[in-house]
Amino acid sequence: MDRLKNWFKSDSSRGLTLIGLPFGFSLLLLAAPMLLIFFLGFWTQDYLVLDRSFSLDNYIEAWTEPMYRDLMLRSLGISATVTLGTVILAYPMAYFISFHGGNRKALWLFLVTIPFWTSYLLRVFLWKVILGYNGVLNSTLGWLGMIEEPLTFILYNANAVIITLTHAWAPFAILPIYVALEKIDRSYLEAAADLGDGPLKSFLRITLPLSMTGVVGAALIIFIPTIGDYVTPKLVGGKDGLMIANMIQVQFMKANNAPLGASLAVSAMGIVSMISLVFLALNRRWLRKRGS
Amino acid sequence: MNSNINTLKFFAYSYLLFLYSPVLLLPIFAFNDSTIISFPLNSFTFKWFAGLTEETYLQESLKNSLFVAISTSILSTCLGILASRASARYKFFGKKSILSFLILPLFLPEIIIGVALLVVLMQLGLPLSLWTVILGHTLVCTPFSIAILNSAFANMDMSLEEASLDLGETRFGTFKRVILPMVLPGLISSLLIAFTISLDEFIIAFFLTGTETTLPVYIWGQLRFPAKLPGVMALGFIMLLLSLVLLSLFEYFRRRMNRILEDQSNVQFDNLFKT
Repeated sequence: MDRLKNWFKSDSSRGLTLIGLPFGFSLLLLAAPMLLIFFLGFWTQDYLVLDRSFSLDNYIEAWTEPMYRDLMLRSLGISATVTLGTVILAYPMAYFISFHGGNRKALWLFLVTIPFWTSYLLRVFLWKVILGYNGVLNSTLGWLGMIEEPLTFILYNANAVIITLTHAWAPFAILPIYVALEKIDRSYLEAAADLGDGPLKSFLRITLPLSMTGVVGAALIIFIPTIGDYVTPKLVGGKDGLMIANMIQVQFMKANNAPLGASLAVSAMGIVSMISLVFLALNRRWLRKRGS
Repeated sequence: MNSNINTLKFFAYSYLLFLYSPVLLLPIFAFNDSTIISFPLNSFTFKWFAGLTEETYLQESLKNSLFVAISTSILSTCLGILASRASARYKFFGKKSILSFLILPLFLPEIIIGVALLVVLMQLGLPLSLWTVILGHTLVCTPFSIAILNSAFANMDMSLEEASLDLGETRFGTFKRVILPMVLPGLISSLLIAFTISLDEFIIAFFLTGTETTLPVYIWGQLRFPAKLPGVMALGFIMLLLSLVLLSLFEYFRRRMNRILEDQSNVQFDNLFKT
């Protein structure tokens, strides 16, 4: 009895009591729905009637039907390109702020985040205005005499989706990379310079490996959610830029085939998680090789 | 070497231009006297702003959005307080895994969250309403609240809390009179961030909304009608100004939080010299 009483007064029980409510909330609203979605993929739906007997039909359809397979591959390609593009563009920016920001670092970070507090829908829509046939970009380039015909490969296709998403996810890359760069002990760089390493060599041997945590964090926080982006492909993607999320939405809403939609969603998440895990493992190996 | 820095600087400014390009267009088209959103521009006008006052549906959805955003910010901040206090102050079994589970929504596509919640609600036969949107938004905003509050609680000087307990204050009294004032700026930051995220969130609201729509769902509907676009631009411009005010407030409280935490460590330092 006393032991129980003591346990209730212990750190362990107090911590668990406090975190119990948020944990329960997440179990109920995140874990349970995820499990349900997973099982839903094994059921079948005929118009509005749900048949709960186990069947692999939806998963087989999701993986073999060429339309879904193409959509999945395209989504993965777009997400990977966006991730790579955003990280490559964000790295020099984060580097600039961290190493040459002086006493204006906070201001720069503030400036970088401001555009992202405008309505997401309007930002995507405004990209349509920029990239369109009579859009801002084509008008400007035409006015400068750099092009004779308006460019058409930048709207209503995968390129438009990539440009828009690379813009939309910029702060999610800049901030983690910046944080990682800030943590680097500057005396390492001085030591490297003293020992005769040039700027490029010390960047490759010190700065880049030490900032890899930020790069990996940025890559994951962009790659995983972008696969499920619905608004951007719908607004600027046209027919050839649609992604898997658009199909998931169609299955749940218009097609009334929630089980197929669920199997598509679970498959997409499964593939993305696998790729992320492989990416994490490769990065760990690369860092270890660097370290030795 | 110097030219390298200049190249970097040039890149930074060009990238900044890229980041601002859509936002800069917003005021241009909000004040442009033409129903077509493209160049060349016509004359200056305020009529799109005036037109907004006649849109009853817009006002309805704005009211709904404010209700959702305020409820979400309060709920996710409360959950955030519980989680980050537990993580900063106590050791317990499974702490790390529970916390990573709580911030998982940060790494999930919102459409997955929306769809999953929709399925559960359909299976339970619960009707969609603003409350279902609030639940979805709270799930997404809680990781942000935890991140902000975590640093507030973790940087707090624990000896002040112990002193209060030693001097006979109850646990609840200590929380109210010692802990809460110290984390207040973090708490306000968390409220503001959750409010802003919820106000702008579209996908989850799109899936979970019933007959009453939120502002982004309303905007989504308007984007299909070309005649409505200039009004949407005007609305977007007002929202941008509003978020700038909120963001500045957020920045102000964040700095104040840092200052309070610094003061605390100074106090600690002084005590060290006194003894």
